[in-house]
Amino acid sequence: MNLRISTAPHIHHPVTTQRLMLYVIMALLPTTAVGIYAFGLPAAILLAISCATAVLCEFVWQKIAKQPVRVNDLSALVTGLIVGLNLPANAPWWIALIGSAFAVLIVKQLFGGLGDNFLNPAMAARAVLLASWPVHMTSYVVPTFFDAGVDAVTAATPLATAAQNAPAQLMDLFMGNIPGCIGEVSKLAILLGLVILLVTRTVTWHIPFTMVASVFVFSWVMGADPVYAILSGGVLFGAVFMATDYVTSPMTPVGQMIYAAGIGLIIVLIRNFGAYPEGVTYGILLMNIATPLIDRFLPRKLYGYQKEAKQA
Amino acid sequence: MNEPTSILLFFVSCVLTNNFIFSRFLGCCPFLGVSNKVETSVSMGLAVTFVMTIASLFCYMIYNWLLVPLEITFMSTIAFILVIAALVQFVEMFLKKSSPTLYSALGIYLPLITTNCAVLGVATLNMNEGYDLLYSVLNGTFSALGFTLAIVLMAGVRERLESSHIPECMKGFPITLVSAGLMAVAFMGFSGLFSSLM
Amino acid sequence: MSEERMSLGKVMKNGIITENPTFRLVLGTCPTLAVTTSAINGLGMGAAATFVLICSNFVISLLRNFIPDKVRIPAFIVVICTFVTMVQLLMQAFIPSLYDALGIFIPLIVVNCIILARAEAFASKNTPVASAADGLGMGLGFTIALVILGSIRELIGNGSIFGANILGASYEPMLLIVLAAGGFLSYGLMLGLFNLITKKLENKKSRKEAEEA
Repeated sequence: MNLRISTAPHIHHPVTTQRLMLYVIMALLPTTAVGIYAFGLPAAILLAISCATAVLCEFVWQKIAKQPVRVNDLSALVTGLIVGLNLPANAPWWIALIGSAFAVLIVKQLFGGLGDNFLNPAMAARAVLLASWPVHMTSYVVPTFFDAGVDAVTAATPLATAAQNAPAQLMDLFMGNIPGCIGEVSKLAILLGLVILLVTRTVTWHIPFTMVASVFVFSWVMGADPVYAILSGGVLFGAVFMATDYVTSPMTPVGQMIYAAGIGLIIVLIRNFGAYPEGVTYGILLMNIATPLIDRFLPRKLYGYQKEAKQA
Repeated sequence: MNEPTSILLFFVSCVLTNNFIFSRFLGCCPFLGVSNKVETSVSMGLAVTFVMTIASLFCYMIYNWLLVPLEITFMSTIAFILVIAALVQFVEMFLKKSSPTLYSALGIYLPLITTNCAVLGVATLNMNEGYDLLYSVLNGTFSALGFTLAIVLMAGVRERLESSHIPECMKGFPITLVSAGLMAVAFMGFSGLFSSLM
Repeated sequence: MSEERMSLGKVMKNGIITENPTFRLVLGTCPTLAVTTSAINGLGMGAAATFVLICSNFVISLLRNFIPDKVRIPAFIVVICTFVTMVQLLMQAFIPSLYDALGIFIPLIVVNCIILARAEAFASKNTPVASAADGLGMGLGFTIALVILGSIRELIGNGSIFGANILGASYEPMLLIVLAAGGFLSYGLMLGLFNLITKKLENKKSRKEAEEA
């Protein structure tokens, strides 16, 4: 298996892309399971469509472009799954299809495939969907938890209602009993995913922890409830699964922390002063764009892994 | 609202919300043409900032103190472009004499700036929006800083793309345009930022 | 290439296909991106630019022996600017809706690189008639490109072309395509497609030639 991740210094030990992606999928499983449990069949169908489209697009592109077919590196599957988890459960099927196709074909393959994209494909796709079909992308349903007899109720995300109504209870936010995207509702499941990623050393602590801390601190500075800020919306989901994308985040630990702090700041700015209720997508995309500059202007001596330096 | 706050909000609006490249399409030619290296992009951005600031000042004076009293405002475009061409020429000569280092850094970009639509664009915008002297100059500086931000970010991305396996038919302008499009999608996150305060 | 013998048809074909300003030379990107939110805006912009191109090429060619070399660029700009101001006043008077839609990009035709580039590269070296033909060819090439791009963006982003609904009421338009970001994306993708087709055609041609030889 050929490793085609350009930012190789991330990887502490030699593992294949396939193995890495397998860990990410494992880590996404609790979130996926809770999402399907909470929102039922429509969520399962959306996820199936988004995953199938992503894999199919990657396969067809590589066939047409006469490239070696690398679908079994699972990266397309991860992209498709994350695109699906970023959708509201009652979004129409074609939203999942267009989102995955855009992510794989335009954001990833047009730039040369895995390792060459400068934006996180799933995040870019979500931003495109949000700009194109704002109504479909922001009408969330309240989770039914297979509660028979309850019809799906459309509701605004707690972030949008926080200003007017009584905010959702923190415990509901944590367990996932709130309207939102399929993947972002249950914080417990996301944290379980984080543990899996950390234990398998797929990601380091720098990005997720700095990002959450940054949202906490900046929200507090701006007078918002910091605990509520990190538990609501897509902050945790973004911090664990999207901001940590190897390809589109800085190489050095210091760079990663600057990057993650920047994401947090942008999220808080957009939430409190912007036109959109949520800013996780834009925060990650904007810092993806700044990543080449962060890598370029950080001194290379800060690069090293201190442990290895000591051993040497 | 007090003056400093409104100037700060104006800054955010010019640099992020109504970015010259990503939402107004002004200055796209140098943005696409001179954005392949970070260093040159920084120089280009500085040169544009310099010219746009003084062009805003001079165009404001010409328009309000000459064209309006003489009732020949329909001549604005021709007056602005001549002012800009003369200014660029003057700045070039001045830099050559007074600061050879700055000249060698910015020199080759200065002639290009005459036909940069961002400069004529900002002068025309100032006129259309009816900004006063202070805001005209601020609009020139801040919008140019927004342009600089865009071109430097673009250069970073393009340096990175150099090692990418981009399909043959997408190399050059096509992939640069697609990258700019994706960056514009990200900049949409800033839309309406602080608008509730303005 | 002697300008006397170069046929007018060839000059025009050059502008429309061989050196298409939008798809080949990638000049005048700002108006291309900004006004192609609908087919009619693209057509309006193209027509205005074509008018300026023909007139300025013609006049500059007439004056080419009188303009001192050192001040030629300012002189060209003054000529171009005169015609742009004319277009601006005419549009404001007769088609105010289009004038409002194109907004700041009408006065900015002055700094459209296509026009200055043709003045410098063609009109200052050729006869007035050939220069006017070059202006017409380049202008048509620009207009055709703008209308194509405008139609595609309007179709995807609004479900219509020239205001006529094509995709029906059940189509949910992809709003992004008529926003700023969509302009960059659709122009970039079209350029890529254009390159791909040109290359395929060239390959076919060279293969044919190889077979014949």
